[in-house]
Amino acid sequence: MNKTHNNKAWWLVLPMFALVAFSAIIPLMTVVNYSVQDIFDQNTAYFVGVEWYQEVLRNTRLHDSLLRQFIFSFSVLAIEIPLGILVALLMPKEANWKTSLVLILLALPLLIPWNVVGTIWQVFARGDIGLFGWAVNAMGFEYNYTANALDAWLTVLLMDVWHWTPLVALLCYSGLRAIPEAYYQAAMIDRASRWAIFRYIQLPRLKGVLVIAVLLRFMDSFMIYTEPFVLTGGGPGNATTFLSQSLTQMAVGQFDLGPAAAFSLIYFMIVLLVCWLFFTTITHMDKERQ
Amino acid sequence: MANIELRDLAHSYDGKHYALEALNHTWKQGGAYALLGPSGCGKSTLLNIISGLISPSQGEVLFDQQRVNEHSPQQRNIAQVFQFPVVYDAMTVRENLAFPLKNMQTEKAQIERKVNEIAQLLDLSDILHKKAKNLSADDKQKISMGRGLVREDVSAILFDEPLTVIDPHLKWKLRRKLKEIHEKLDITMIYVTHDQLEAATFADEIAVMYEGKIVQFGTPQSLFEQPNHTFVGYFIGSPGMNFLSVEKRNNGVALQDTLFDLTAAQLDVITQSSSSNIKLGIRPEFINIVEPGAPNSFEANIEFIEDLGTHKIVTVRFLGTRWQIRAAEHILISGNNLHFELPADHLKLYIDEYLVGEAQSPIEGDSCE
Repeated sequence: MNKTHNNKAWWLVLPMFALVAFSAIIPLMTVVNYSVQDIFDQNTAYFVGVEWYQEVLRNTRLHDSLLRQFIFSFSVLAIEIPLGILVALLMPKEANWKTSLVLILLALPLLIPWNVVGTIWQVFARGDIGLFGWAVNAMGFEYNYTANALDAWLTVLLMDVWHWTPLVALLCYSGLRAIPEAYYQAAMIDRASRWAIFRYIQLPRLKGVLVIAVLLRFMDSFMIYTEPFVLTGGGPGNATTFLSQSLTQMAVGQFDLGPAAAFSLIYFMIVLLVCWLFFTTITHMDKERQ
Repeated sequence: MANIELRDLAHSYDGKHYALEALNHTWKQGGAYALLGPSGCGKSTLLNIISGLISPSQGEVLFDQQRVNEHSPQQRNIAQVFQFPVVYDAMTVRENLAFPLKNMQTEKAQIERKVNEIAQLLDLSDILHKKAKNLSADDKQKISMGRGLVREDVSAILFDEPLTVIDPHLKWKLRRKLKEIHEKLDITMIYVTHDQLEAATFADEIAVMYEGKIVQFGTPQSLFEQPNHTFVGYFIGSPGMNFLSVEKRNNGVALQDTLFDLTAAQLDVITQSSSSNIKLGIRPEFINIVEPGAPNSFEANIEFIEDLGTHKIVTVRFLGTRWQIRAAEHILISGNNLHFELPADHLKLYIDEYLVGEAQSPIEGDSCE
């Protein structure tokens, strides 16, 4: 087939390009611009090259933040993905009011504004007036999320699991519903155990939605800000200060625009790199198996 | 390996309309059977009840006299091949074939041997290492069949129109293979199809289903020569049986002024019957074309003639009903009318759609009405 070459066709790409420019490229370039300058006020700025980057990379507080962030994101994935699959497997399959009810109940946490989620758990987990905190204390466990770092961590994790497992469950549920009944019938005939059905029929067919679920949950948890900010304010000490909170402190707290911009870009690159690594590994595994 | 017995079995999906009406039937261990009938006659329902995918609304399923209604397909140890291919696409062809054996904790060497044997039988040896995902529909269906065939100790193997998606030339080959496997393994096989040729080539005995009932169970020959029900006459044979609605007279049956001679046994039944639903039936093959004016002959208007090379099918209008008559190639047919006789031993009498008045050999399998 002969392709027609006509450079006027580039005009057709222009609207899309303009859109992307305003939504991504221009804001990003502004940050790039900040990251290479030392800004004192509106009219006073000096070009400093990669100095901010070097400083940010050497900043030990940020190292701690980054480590905390990775531990948090991987804990979230390690809990929410299996739990979400389990919930999806246990959900009713018939199309009736019970299924609808379960779906609505499950979707509720997703509808709550993030600020409110933080507030809910801040109250809920208090030892004096919060049902959860009170109950845990009543069971004989010493629990105080405002004073104990581990308690604070567990509370933030629990909150995230409560908030976001439904998303994974709903994604998996839709994936499970897309498996034709014939597969289950054939598996029964082939005397497959419940585990074999999960391992060889359900799990392979959930792969698509699981990739999406892992990516979404990784990105979201890696950028988490509002909920721990409201719940613990990053404390006690710096125990639950994650990357975005460190960034906010730097950018709007100390007004260090240059380092904050450099930090933002590095932050962005980490998210991009991890997602890219994950995605290429998955697609590569797929190809290798064929 | 088991005798499969169905006792007073009936099934309804909605509680009102019965997909299967009360039936009793036994499938003997080691037999090759076909369930033949048009779509929607309940044959797949029956198959799924035997395998345990559907629980019947009433009646019992027995394997070797043991009630298995409450047993899951896993417990019944039955193999079933579905109409559309089901392959586990995350596995290779080899893993697919080994899957049922692995689930039964079969020894590794035994799995290996059996998988290779079945793969060879189904021409899958070359693609054993491939992912099942990207294969053609033919190959996928062969894998589906293979998964049913690798198990040696099954109670029965059920086939639900397994060759629907298969290429015609391969169809013929696979049918032969199935037959071979059956002879080798001595496993009960039940094969659901709507194709009489497929049923006849595969099965020793065929159960013809119509509107949720098994209307006849017998060898292909008996289905052809002694159709127990008008539907069997119509469905089996190409073209199907000719029927004529007639009225009861003192000395036999008639339509308008034409009187038909009946055998003594038929006359006996007809005098005792009070039904007005009386039909005569004869296969196109058994009608003899004669010269005009021959004694005991009938006359019909020729509508058209199809010459098939080996024989001709003459479509006529006989007493207001359309009939088809098979004529040998050498018979010259001319004019507007055709004269023929209806040999008494092939002229069947049906009251309320069921065959009556057969004095000679009893019809095989008439216990399954």
